[in-house]
Amino acid sequence: MNKITETLLGLVSDWAGAFTGAYNIREDGACAGRQSSEHIQIESKDGAPGLVIRISPDAKNETVYIPACVTHSDVNDLVYNDFYVGEGADVTIVAGCGVHSDGEEEARHNGIHRFFVEKGAHVLYQEKHIGTGSGSGIRRIDPVSDIYLSEDAVLEMDTVQIGGVDRTNRKTTAQLAARARLIIHESILTEGEQTARTDFAVSIDGEDAAVDLISRSVAKGNSQQEYHSRILGNNRCTGHSECDAILVGSGKVNAAPELFAGHIDASLIHEAAIGKIAGEQIIKLRTLGLSEEEAEERIIQGFLQG
Amino acid sequence: MLSLEHLAWNLPDGEPILKDITLTVPNGKLAVVTGPNGGGKTSLAKLIAGLEKPSAGRILLDGEDITGLDITQRAKKGVAYAFQQPVRFKGLSVRDLLELAAGGSLSEPELCAILGQVGLCAQDYTDRQVDASLSGGESKRIEIATVLARKNADLMIFDEPEAGIDLWSFSGLIDAFQRMKARKKSAALIISHQERILQIADEIIVIADGGVRAAGPREEILPTLLGEEKAGRCPREGGPLYE
Repeated sequence: MNKITETLLGLVSDWAGAFTGAYNIREDGACAGRQSSEHIQIESKDGAPGLVIRISPDAKNETVYIPACVTHSDVNDLVYNDFYVGEGADVTIVAGCGVHSDGEEEARHNGIHRFFVEKGAHVLYQEKHIGTGSGSGIRRIDPVSDIYLSEDAVLEMDTVQIGGVDRTNRKTTAQLAARARLIIHESILTEGEQTARTDFAVSIDGEDAAVDLISRSVAKGNSQQEYHSRILGNNRCTGHSECDAILVGSGKVNAAPELFAGHIDASLIHEAAIGKIAGEQIIKLRTLGLSEEEAEERIIQGFLQG
Repeated sequence: MLSLEHLAWNLPDGEPILKDITLTVPNGKLAVVTGPNGGGKTSLAKLIAGLEKPSAGRILLDGEDITGLDITQRAKKGVAYAFQQPVRFKGLSVRDLLELAAGGSLSEPELCAILGQVGLCAQDYTDRQVDASLSGGESKRIEIATVLARKNADLMIFDEPEAGIDLWSFSGLIDAFQRMKARKKSAALIISHQERILQIADEIIVIADGGVRAAGPREEILPTLLGEEKAGRCPREGGPLYE
């Protein structure tokens, strides 16, 4: 494993020289370390680059790390990871991605993840994305997540793009069976000439299933973001999406939420707010002794974390 | 000690809001500013905290002229200001805001002590977001707590702290103001119409029509105010309350 990978691992996961439990570290399209555990089996995928991760129903309170790092330009890493989460399992999946480029060519990671979550299982999926390096080459991360939740399954997805990623195109789809719950918190920060596009399509098919989709974005400099969400309530269910964006400088955001109710008892809500930081928020923090710049930074930091 | 010398402020269109305000609040003293709505009380608080620049006059804190300082610089000199309308933040917790106010991390007992003064239980509130999920009264109390959390406050300004606070918490708030007074470290200026707050004032300043209509020790000013209040109960002099 090279030094850049180690640095990126520290930024995108709680790496401190080692992982405990099951893990797979992907470096420039190759495996830089793998370990299965008693309840979590990690194997290479047949016929395509990627992993098959099988989490047994006996896994309780366990964590699996599957970070991916691209450490130089002129890499186009494509990976297919499938997660099979057994009935009643309780697991945390940490899946950060760091892309580093000091060259002029593009550095790209394209992770296609499928989650098959069996009855009553609980998954916390954490994903942090970052771009680093001084090269002019575009750092690109294009994740695809397809989620299948069986009855009573719960998946919480926390995704954060901290900075330095020039282009991102995120696609997330989900299908929910009865009483399943999907909770997504997405935070994206773009600056300079960066662009980010995020697209959600959630189909709530089972009775009393619920989705809560919260997106926070900050578009600084000349950056641009696009948000599109489509929630389909096909049964008695609840769906909530919330898209808040802060503009700084010449940032631009296009938010296009879409709700479809195909059942009389589908209760769907969308909230959206786009604008610059409220002046009164900056003034309040300045009365506590922060400078204008410190106040702005603190407000953005909190906004993206919240 | 806060001193205002011939302070004046006009709206951008030139309309005078405050005219020639001169007053002093010594350290350890509590001055209550009262007067009719629209008389310029909140404008006065904003001028002292630096949110607005005066068109004339000087503001002195412990003898130092702070008129030219901006909001941040004044905060660093010890000006603390609780807004009339609390500001909400998506993504900042009560702990975050109080730690920003204190200028460093706060222990659980410290958080308990600060929030306790405004009648909130630290356990229930430290991790709450300071957003629209808080009721009006809750966010108002947290706003007051951001001033009580300040460690170097030489001057504490509260703009209508009683607004939205229920009767039970109100006694606690009065206690907090009295403790603040007893410490004798800082000067306090409270904008209020509340009789119980007026009753703990050392000095009462009545602001009306942009000027100081009356100012002096509580014993002197309060009886005149209560008299006025009774006389002015019905908007139509001499007429019945309802027609």
